[in-house]
Amino acid sequence: MVFFVADNIVSSLGMSTKQNFISLLNGNTGISLVENKAIYNEPFQASMINDKKLEKYYNIISTKYPHSVSKHTRLEKMLIVSVDEALSKSNIDITSNKTGIVLSTTKGNINLLEPNQKNRFPANRISLWKLGDVIRKFFGNPNMTIVISNACISGVLAINKAAMMIQSKKFDNVVVTGADMVSRFVVSGFMSFLSLSSEPCRPFDKDRNGLSLGEAASTIILSSNPNGNSLIHRGGGSANDANHISGPSRTGEGSFIAINKALIEADISSSEIDHISSHGTATPYNDEMESIAIDRHKLNKVPINSIKGYLGHTLGAAGLVETSILLEEMRMNTLIKSAGFEKLGVSKDISIITQNQETEITTCLKMASGFGGSNASLIISKVVNDE
Amino acid sequence: MMNNSLKISKYCHITSDRVLVNGKPFIENINGLGPKSFIKHIYKSIEIDYSKFFKMDEISKLGFLASEILLKNINLSTYNSEDISIVLSNSDSTITTDYNHQSTINDYKNFFPSPSIFVYTLPNIMIGEISIRNGIKGENSFFIVEKFTAEIVVDHINSLFLTGKAEIGIGGWVNFNQERYEAFLYLASKNGDVNHTAGEVNKLFNLIT
Repeated sequence: MVFFVADNIVSSLGMSTKQNFISLLNGNTGISLVENKAIYNEPFQASMINDKKLEKYYNIISTKYPHSVSKHTRLEKMLIVSVDEALSKSNIDITSNKTGIVLSTTKGNINLLEPNQKNRFPANRISLWKLGDVIRKFFGNPNMTIVISNACISGVLAINKAAMMIQSKKFDNVVVTGADMVSRFVVSGFMSFLSLSSEPCRPFDKDRNGLSLGEAASTIILSSNPNGNSLIHRGGGSANDANHISGPSRTGEGSFIAINKALIEADISSSEIDHISSHGTATPYNDEMESIAIDRHKLNKVPINSIKGYLGHTLGAAGLVETSILLEEMRMNTLIKSAGFEKLGVSKDISIITQNQETEITTCLKMASGFGGSNASLIISKVVNDE
Repeated sequence: MMNNSLKISKYCHITSDRVLVNGKPFIENINGLGPKSFIKHIYKSIEIDYSKFFKMDEISKLGFLASEILLKNINLSTYNSEDISIVLSNSDSTITTDYNHQSTINDYKNFFPSPSIFVYTLPNIMIGEISIRNGIKGENSFFIVEKFTAEIVVDHINSLFLTGKAEIGIGGWVNFNQERYEAFLYLASKNGDVNHTAGEVNKLFNLIT
């Protein structure tokens, strides 16, 4: 079995999963109007990490690790802070050759392409494999970091990859970490798609008008050893819509297949799912597509939320951020309401969570979809009486 | 089960010099064409008519053409569309298209970001293009590694096969930067003489170096 043993979220709402979860419980959103002309000429809605706080955490951590020789980019600092905090809650040895690292990101250090960043770092620092290498070396890990860059499903794919690595017995533990930042590159791109919301995004709502971007780093540690934890990776899958590179399928095809693959691997029927964490970007087409996939699996009555109304779309970190929140919901037996939602605005009847609610949660589904027609999902269960 | 491991059924390479199919010369770049021109020449040589090709960025075109050459005369319809996986890798992600998008946003007086460029700043878009063309709905994954590392792709496809998530895999490497480009794709299925191991895949990749 593959156990979830520790996790972390570094975001606008906090520097640990717990801090983020408490903010969510209190209904706080990290999305606000950002006025930063270095990123975009007009104000835009986004969830941004506080630089001073990040520096403070990073400076404390960097003195703990003797391997650190060079200076780090902002994104590397986010990842270092996230991995360190997750490690501090587990007893795994990151320097062991039986510990692997998987990194999930869409654009990595993409801000280094900006003219004012020129020559601040060696040229290869823009490479995603180099980002994986910098993180590995900082923590003294001997194995090549596995870097996944597969649009907005990268995080869920990375967790599924880690589970495969442990199942194959090549690794005892895998540290999955991911990050993306709100950069001029990404904001300008999504603006050109006209897909950014003018207010904090409102997943599944009738009046939703696009996504909000967010930046985050998040880390999830999986292990073959439960170490007192009871949440296990039951199954996962990915699938392609084979339909369009920038628009989701109208039939929810890839999402449906990805869920099906996870159900088959978990060896359960959809009736055993008691909570869903959606991708829920709040673009008109994504949320509609997900409602169709959910309907096709007859999951209409299962309480579902999107975390993006709190933290925005954190791209390569999203699957990790949202799975970390899902794990905390399962540990606390508490469903978090879906921020920004008032009235159902998708064609299929699905059960959006409108109030935080205490209830026993045992088996959950995480969904993700992204550009390139990509979809992924994973299933987590709580094991009882694991003696 | 008798035949329970994957074999390498077919493979192809594209470099700035030539296109090889199963290691044998298929198209030569006799006139020393530059990247864009040689890619266009390959498109014409394989006699396909696919208008979406012209909307793609150069790296997606490169991966797409390699997939067309690899899958020619391969009957994928004997497989369930969701059992066909695509597992690709490279070193430079989409760096040339990243520079292209960046050049549209450097200056607010000359600011013209385009969704048709931006969407190609994700390496897995190439997987989407190949999937659309062939109706492939299986597992997707794009890995970024410093240099071609057969284990990454081979281990992933073998794991998908062993866990019943795929019956057949398209694996390989498609890289494109300002200095060089190359594509190496192979098909892993139950048919073939060569075992689908990292050692064998490395040998095949090295035909071009």
